Amino acid sequence: MKYIFQFLSILLYKVFLTSCEVRPKMDCKERTLLIFKAINRGLKHFAYSCQEMFFFSVRMCFAFFSRRIYVAETMEQMYLIGIGSLFLIVLTGIFAGQGFAFAFSMELIDFGAKNYLGRIMSISIIRELGPVLTGLMMAARVASGITAEIGAMKASNQIDAMVAFGIDPLKKLAVPRMIALIVMVPALTILCDIIALIGGWVVSIFITHVTSTMYWSPAFEKMVFGNLFIGIVKPIAFSFVIAFVACYKGFTSEGGTKGVGKATTESVVLSSILILLVNFIITKFVFGLIKGYL
Amino acid sequence: MINIKNISFSYGDNLVLKNISFKVDNSESLVIMGPSGSGKSTILRLILGLERPSEGTIEIENQDICVMKEKDKRKLRKKIGMVFQHGALFDSLTVGENTGYYLIEHTNLKYEEIERRVREMLGFVGLDANEIIDKLPEELSGGMQRRVAIGRALLSTDPKVMLFDEPTTGLDPKATHNVLDLIEKLYSEKAISNITVTHQIYDAVNLADRFVVIYEGEVAFDGNLIELRDSQDERVKTFLKPFLNSMGNVLEKKLLAGN
Repeated sequence: MKYIFQFLSILLYKVFLTSCEVRPKMDCKERTLLIFKAINRGLKHFAYSCQEMFFFSVRMCFAFFSRRIYVAETMEQMYLIGIGSLFLIVLTGIFAGQGFAFAFSMELIDFGAKNYLGRIMSISIIRELGPVLTGLMMAARVASGITAEIGAMKASNQIDAMVAFGIDPLKKLAVPRMIALIVMVPALTILCDIIALIGGWVVSIFITHVTSTMYWSPAFEKMVFGNLFIGIVKPIAFSFVIAFVACYKGFTSEGGTKGVGKATTESVVLSSILILLVNFIITKFVFGLIKGYL
Repeated sequence: MINIKNISFSYGDNLVLKNISFKVDNSESLVIMGPSGSGKSTILRLILGLERPSEGTIEIENQDICVMKEKDKRKLRKKIGMVFQHGALFDSLTVGENTGYYLIEHTNLKYEEIERRVREMLGFVGLDANEIIDKLPEELSGGMQRRVAIGRALLSTDPKVMLFDEPTTGLDPKATHNVLDLIEKLYSEKAISNITVTHQIYDAVNLADRFVVIYEGEVAFDGNLIELRDSQDERVKTFLKPFLNSMGNVLEKKLLAGN
């Protein structure tokens, strides 16, 4: 029992970043109290972090709507985020589409329903796979880059220098990245959808032996307003998630280069988790709203 | 010009500054000394309004920067030039863009005019503009980076006071000498007050009229060179002890020059 409590205490210390002293002669009640204290502190820390991030996001939105927009920086970020991610998104789309189509076709053949492949591919890729895969890829590639860049600038006092010269770092660094993400993530999602559908078509022709017409006709049939709407709302929401998390982690990174590394990892993990969470929320609630258009 | 009254400041639970007070007059050269981690750089950040003290006031030309809105702080910061530790040059911009950063961002001057002023300023800080204007900061030596940072601060604002955070840390003796010369040149030619934070006694003795020693977040000493040498405060003695033998000659030379 003693060792279980010790293990739990250490685990809670690691999870909640709080100190819990385990003395050798502690009774069960004291240990239980200690664990609850650790949970209490951890939850407070979590609530405080959420609050900080929320206020940071609000400040970013205010900066977004304020007068000056740095056009050159925004265009540069669009290039870095959009064109820089093209190859990754094309590869992701083609392999995910082919894998998905192959897995589905094996099941559909058993039921003699292989002609439904295009229909299933269209729905699953446009509604779910395209936006989520693109979001996760962008979280991995772009969120890490944004956090590392802003974190390194903070560590070398460049952000303080900006403030000293009368520049708002949120407007100069965060807003151009946010605009670039809002424009480029949906565009890359559309590209990923198209490439994944083409990947599925290749599988349908050469492996499942479904004709092009039998693949594309039902696929186009399912490209109705509801599906396309969900398929475009999701990447827009994901771009906000990536921008808020990546910039927040960059601006709040502490502890020099080690701190920047830690912030970068946290940025990718948190934005990936939030993308999956937001995806579920949109699927659950927006689905209900536009059910008639699906 | 700058009046710091009873400021305290903490990072989380760690109390860094305790009830600090001192003044800086017009055209005065002040050095803040103290061991690493004593809160010297934090004082400069507070003066610039990058941090807010938990207690006390910082008046710059009779305006308390601690209670100002960000918009008003920006106006006040035009009177303060800041040279950060290691220069803090923007590493994605060239030397020319770094030096003319403020003009590019805040004025509608033509490119040719900005370039002319940048070249002039690089010349003033003792650098060859033709050679370095298109280089990135990483291609420059540490000493050159500091001089570009000083040039950037001078061109960015119309400073009444310059703040230097460890201006010679990590530099070789020649580069240190060049940077110290430049700071003295600013003080003597442009009559700009300066507050320099350093833990290097050699720099301090060469630069300052007045010395403030911060020890464990408190003002342990505030006075001139003679008072510093003769101080009986144990904290000051502890801080100066390692340097006194090697710096004795410099101290005497400076005192003789003063006399």
